[in-house]
Amino acid sequence: MAQTDLKLLGGWFSPFALRVQIALNLKGLDYELIEETLNPKSDLLLQSNPVYNKIPVLLHADKPICESAVIVEYIDETWTNAPSILPSNAYDRANARFWSTYIDDKWFTPMKSLLMAEDDEAKKALFGQMEEALERMEDAFNKASEGKPFFGGDTIGLIDIAFGSFLSWLSVIEEMNGRKVLDVAKNPALAQWAETFAADPAVKGILPETLKLLEFANALKLKWAAEAAKAK
Amino acid sequence: MAANQEEVKLLGVVGSPFVCRVQIALKLKGIEYKFLEENMKNKSELLLKYNPVHKKVPVLVHNEKPISESLVILEYIDETWKQDPILPTDPYQRALARFWSKFIDDKVVSAAWKAVFTVDEKEREKGVEESHEALEILENELKDKKFFGGDEFGFVDISAVFIAFWIPIVQEVAGLKLLTSQKFPKLYKWSQEFVTHPVIKEVLPPRDPLFAFFKELYENLAASK
Repeated sequence: MAQTDLKLLGGWFSPFALRVQIALNLKGLDYELIEETLNPKSDLLLQSNPVYNKIPVLLHADKPICESAVIVEYIDETWTNAPSILPSNAYDRANARFWSTYIDDKWFTPMKSLLMAEDDEAKKALFGQMEEALERMEDAFNKASEGKPFFGGDTIGLIDIAFGSFLSWLSVIEEMNGRKVLDVAKNPALAQWAETFAADPAVKGILPETLKLLEFANALKLKWAAEAAKAK
Repeated sequence: MAANQEEVKLLGVVGSPFVCRVQIALKLKGIEYKFLEENMKNKSELLLKYNPVHKKVPVLVHNEKPISESLVILEYIDETWKQDPILPTDPYQRALARFWSKFIDDKVVSAAWKAVFTVDEKEREKGVEESHEALEILENELKDKKFFGGDEFGFVDISAVFIAFWIPIVQEVAGLKLLTSQKFPKLYKWSQEFVTHPVIKEVLPPRDPLFAFFKELYENLAASK
């Protein structure tokens, strides 16, 4: 299935770009992956996403679609072959969208702050937020999966993609701080889900390696610290 | 319509732009519902039961099943009641509609709020600047269309009700110029079209009590300095 009209402006380090890759893989679509370094941002990126200048951007026959959640829904609606990424029932779809937004607001936000935080008190509070979010996600998983391996049931769905795309970064945070966040004792269902997700053929080859990401994260922290020092 | 109409409840408050979004959708599609007014300072058991995660309004309850988050609710309504569609049918147009609605939530609402209801002067200035930037982007996106949705209002217009009705109120309260016909002529014209649209004007809350509410909020904030 040669699809020459799909291009993804992405980055190996970006969990948001990863979401799009997983969706494309699930649908069995061929695409050209254009690795952005963001330093500098390419002309194509600036033209394709003038509002945010961010990755990912999916170009379908040169038409740009931006924002990872929007792109994933676009893929699901345009290529209707199995598996469906969103559930078929309207209520379940609403539930999937609800949790997808929750993940961006309540999981990603403290996670990103943790990466930048130096202060122990601040870190403690942020870990607390992440652990609370995990508890909610464990509960959401048990309800949505109905005993099946994914939030989406038998196959990877929207919530799986939204949450699973952060697993490598989660390992980095855990490594950097010498503590487990996703704990098999506290979140048994999610711990199992994380393994199943990472091993899925649509995900397996494209998850960034923790060590490589850790190096990237450390360099990013140094960069931010230097910028902050300059600003003072 | 009857089969889907069994029982629709909306938990909300009268002055909320997010609740208003849902009311517009329900009105547009002619869906009957029961409005359960919440007191956000004293949240009901029902609200805590139906939205345990965020404890916020709006919450739509359809046959005892709750849906939270205004944009999620809009999509649910559009998928459940097919008359008078809110989102376009074409996937690319739908993607654009979702993108712009998210932009409004992420870039307009918080900036406008910051421009009016922050004590710190620097933060407020930043809010004004960010609001202008965001509104400029929307001005350019609207171009010469009557509504963001085209000839009739759609998903993005409904999401933008905050801009059309709430921004003019709060900017007056604070003595600011956020949305003006000089700065953003197309957006301003759109806002007038939108708030006078027969469906929309019946759903908007009364202006005077809302103005008084925000004025009190603003003055209390200024006094707390």
